Amino acid sequence: MSALAVSGLCKAFGGLHVTNEVNLNVEPGERRLIIGPNGAGKTTLFNLITGEISPDKGTIHLFGGDITRVPSRQRPHLGMARTYQIITLFPRDTIIHNVALALLGLSPARWNPLIDIKHQGHLIEHGLAALQRVGLAHIAERPLAQTSYGERRRVEIAMALAQNPKVLLLDEPFAGLSIDERRDVHRCLMAIPRDVTIVMIEHNMDVALEFAERITLLHFGEVIVEGTRAEVVADPRTREVYLGH
Amino acid sequence: MSARLIALAVACVALVTVPYWMLGDYYINVASQILLYAIFALGLNVLVGYAGLVSLGHAGLFGIAAYATAYMLQLGYGHAAAIVVALIVGIASTALYAALSLRSTGIGFIMITLALGEIVWGLAYRWISLTGGDNGINVRSRPEPFGYSLSSPNTFYYTTLIVFALSVAAMAVFVRSPFGASLKGTRDQPRRMNALGYHVWLIRFYACLASGLLTAVSGILFVYYTQFISPQTLALTSSAEVLLMVISGGAGTLLGPIVGAALVVVVKTVVSGFIERWNFLLGAIFVAIVILMPEGLVPGSARLSRLAWRKIAKARKPAAQEGRS
Repeated sequence: MSALAVSGLCKAFGGLHVTNEVNLNVEPGERRLIIGPNGAGKTTLFNLITGEISPDKGTIHLFGGDITRVPSRQRPHLGMARTYQIITLFPRDTIIHNVALALLGLSPARWNPLIDIKHQGHLIEHGLAALQRVGLAHIAERPLAQTSYGERRRVEIAMALAQNPKVLLLDEPFAGLSIDERRDVHRCLMAIPRDVTIVMIEHNMDVALEFAERITLLHFGEVIVEGTRAEVVADPRTREVYLGH
Repeated sequence: MSARLIALAVACVALVTVPYWMLGDYYINVASQILLYAIFALGLNVLVGYAGLVSLGHAGLFGIAAYATAYMLQLGYGHAAAIVVALIVGIASTALYAALSLRSTGIGFIMITLALGEIVWGLAYRWISLTGGDNGINVRSRPEPFGYSLSSPNTFYYTTLIVFALSVAAMAVFVRSPFGASLKGTRDQPRRMNALGYHVWLIRFYACLASGLLTAVSGILFVYYTQFISPQTLALTSSAEVLLMVISGGAGTLLGPIVGAALVVVVKTVVSGFIERWNFLLGAIFVAIVILMPEGLVPGSARLSRLAWRKIAKARKPAAQEGRS
């Protein structure tokens, strides 16, 4: 059974077909890389998979269960987490509060108006554990506004990991990072255990190729090449539309 | 003991002893007004400050609770029944308000709440058999719980103070709770909150109900305070006024709406006795707040005092170094 199976997925905005009959099968524990030139429909594909936009046609299955019509807010409860290409965090709060919000999202306690969130020891404990995984536990109490871009990228990843996802969707986790920051994020991603399936969009081929086992190349909303790292890199269509000659 | 606790203790003592040091019944009534409007502003602050939803129709909800109380009393029911029905009607109306207005956010939300407020105001004016139209409804007496009459300014003030203290305590718990954190999350990053598994619409809906409850409570206190309710109370200017209380004091803070309510009520009721163009003065104060403290009086004052302390500390440092050398 695939961890994530996308079948015949289509989405058009007016006359523009941004996703056209996309099929994708990601096996449990796999590290899948989605590549393609700008405008290929990579982020739209993520938005369709997470339910932020609904498809015109096609189905999405998560570990065999059809989630095509499941509201996006329920998908994290089924084991799907994502990060955003443009960092989307809570800038008025501390790092630990950001991660605690991720944990609270899956907890029934989120509806409780009577207890003090600071007294929820398990939230802080699990939040610190998630921050430990990305190497930020030592600055957990720091306001997010006082963190660097690279640290914010790692907070995004910590928030996703805090939810113990079965499928993790990473949208350009290396975008805009310095060499040192890229190395830190790469180390975090490599440490994620195999029970988490990862699908990643990335343009930075140095780090992405090292990480990926299978690669899917999208072009104008269609899958044009798919295969192992070596197969996709060697394919002339990859060179033509993405890598260049 | 921290400075915050000392300030809280001083404020509590000052509030409890108001009837002893205030200059007369008129000013005790002004204090009651400040407290009941502060509850109203705290209610609106749940939406404006913590949910990021600006309502321009809250006077409608305030008026519905006030009218429900007055109407029940007019029908001959007791005060307890009138208050319970007013609370139920107030929350039910808020639920309807929320169901319609939460179809949108931002400008859309403002416009829908504005329209709903105007509809309620129009109904109050034209549905004469229910509301008495322009003549309004008189409330002949105030309640006497356990034989404790609320007819004097002092007793009414203390009752309002108890309700106010309960409202502030409830808000303090609410904003620190997981639900409060969820609500603030939907204000800052609704898309992200949805992706984290939160039901953004439902969180906002519950926030509206919490806001409606405080608004209904203040509406009931208002109708007992004035012992009269007319469509003027539901007008757009009333909604704008309470919104200004929240914004001028500091939206998203606990103390801000209380300070804002005090400012507006004092200018309206006290300063207006000395200055004919008090509206102009109130406008000038708001303009000054927007320019000097755009975040509101409470957070703005905190920011300016921090700056001042830093400057003082900097000035002291070189002086101390000179002394040593």
